[in-house]
Amino acid sequence: MATVHLPATLPSMYTDLPRTVDVEAATVDEAFERLDARWPGLRDRLCQEGPALRPHINVYVDRERAALDTPIAEGARVDVIAAISGG
Amino acid sequence: MPSRVVLLVGTRKGCFILESDTDRRDWEMRGPYCDGWPVYRAIRDIESGALYAAAASEWHGAGVWRSPDMGETWTVSSDGLSYGDEGELKLSKISGLTASHGRLLAGAEAAGLFESVDDGATWSLLSTLEDQPAREIWNIPSNQPPGHLGMPAILADPEQRDHYWIIIQGIGIFETTDNGATWTPRNRGLRAAWPREWDEVGFCVHKLVMSPADHSRMYQQNHCGMHRSDDGGMSWTEITEGLPTDFGFAAAAHPHDRDSFYVIPLDPGHGRMMPDGHAAVWRTRDAGSSWQRLDQGLPHANAHLGVLREGMAIDDLDVPGLYFGTSTGQVFASSDEGDSWTEIASYLPAIASVSVAVVE
Repeated sequence: MATVHLPATLPSMYTDLPRTVDVEAATVDEAFERLDARWPGLRDRLCQEGPALRPHINVYVDRERAALDTPIAEGARVDVIAAISGG
Repeated sequence: MPSRVVLLVGTRKGCFILESDTDRRDWEMRGPYCDGWPVYRAIRDIESGALYAAAASEWHGAGVWRSPDMGETWTVSSDGLSYGDEGELKLSKISGLTASHGRLLAGAEAAGLFESVDDGATWSLLSTLEDQPAREIWNIPSNQPPGHLGMPAILADPEQRDHYWIIIQGIGIFETTDNGATWTPRNRGLRAAWPREWDEVGFCVHKLVMSPADHSRMYQQNHCGMHRSDDGGMSWTEITEGLPTDFGFAAAAHPHDRDSFYVIPLDPGHGRMMPDGHAAVWRTRDAGSSWQRLDQGLPHANAHLGVLREGMAIDDLDVPGLYFGTSTGQVFASSDEGDSWTEIASYLPAIASVSVAVVE
């Protein structure tokens, strides 16, 4: 089980989506698929064609910068960050 | 219940709704909606009554928002709005959005056309105009203008479901009569101020409108001049003479008179604002033979206003009302066909689009 921390820009778009979600997943991509199964469309908000992370979405697994294929260990913390951008 | 006039205003920071009775004097504003995503076009589907907003978040990508209850609640979907993981095209933005004949059509950047037949819940790719002239260069990064090449507009034929026209930025108009299976360029008679490798394409069409009073009558605001068609876009005649510049983005066709048409000329240089800081809409009542400046109630000095391609709309009441939104966040309205104007909203984020619906 890993804990995924989501950006503040997401919960308002999905019913009952909390900022922090526990998921069983071996990689970041798998974690996003689990989230998408519960909140359809959520993966599209984080990933683009490729597949790849969207340019302004950054993911950290246990404080290390991660990609979609980064493994997630049992008990890991996954931070999904909307980059400081825009104005 | 008496009729209401509803303006949907798409801005850099979400969608706003302005509402009035049919006198169009007192307006109430609500918003922002769509979680503050940049909204490039917002419309009301007259068949279902639902509102739709084409949007693209810098963080979360492109999607189409839907409200079934006049803006009280909204949901976003991008299910199917993708070119897939294998291809070269990447979808960064939805900007063209049209509802007609019980379905939605969305134009994307990179240029492609998507359809939804389930009220925007899911989408499928109809066409990327693969076989059209110059298609092979559209998506080369070095050919991209600052706004990138996309499909910012779809003009539906009110009578035939599978018949519509689309604009590709910097390339021109294409017509389909078979729901996007085949296309024909419709740019004959247009002017370009640059060399073109292809006879049929290479024109910068900013805004295309059809007269509701005569569907064979079309007008367009081009990068190079105003143009009129009397044969449903088969050929075009320039009607710029009498206007202060040949450049602009927004345009509107009078709902009851085929010969009346409105444009907002802008400085064609980097400014792309109304010339000399003097705000004005220009109207022809004779299909472009002559033009009148409409500026009563608009600022005449120090008003450096820009209006984008979807930034002007006209309602279909007996005496039509005209509306435009600016890049500096004002909305101006006229309830007398443009003769006089009132500022009905200000301090909004930069406005990309204004559409209007008369709701029973």
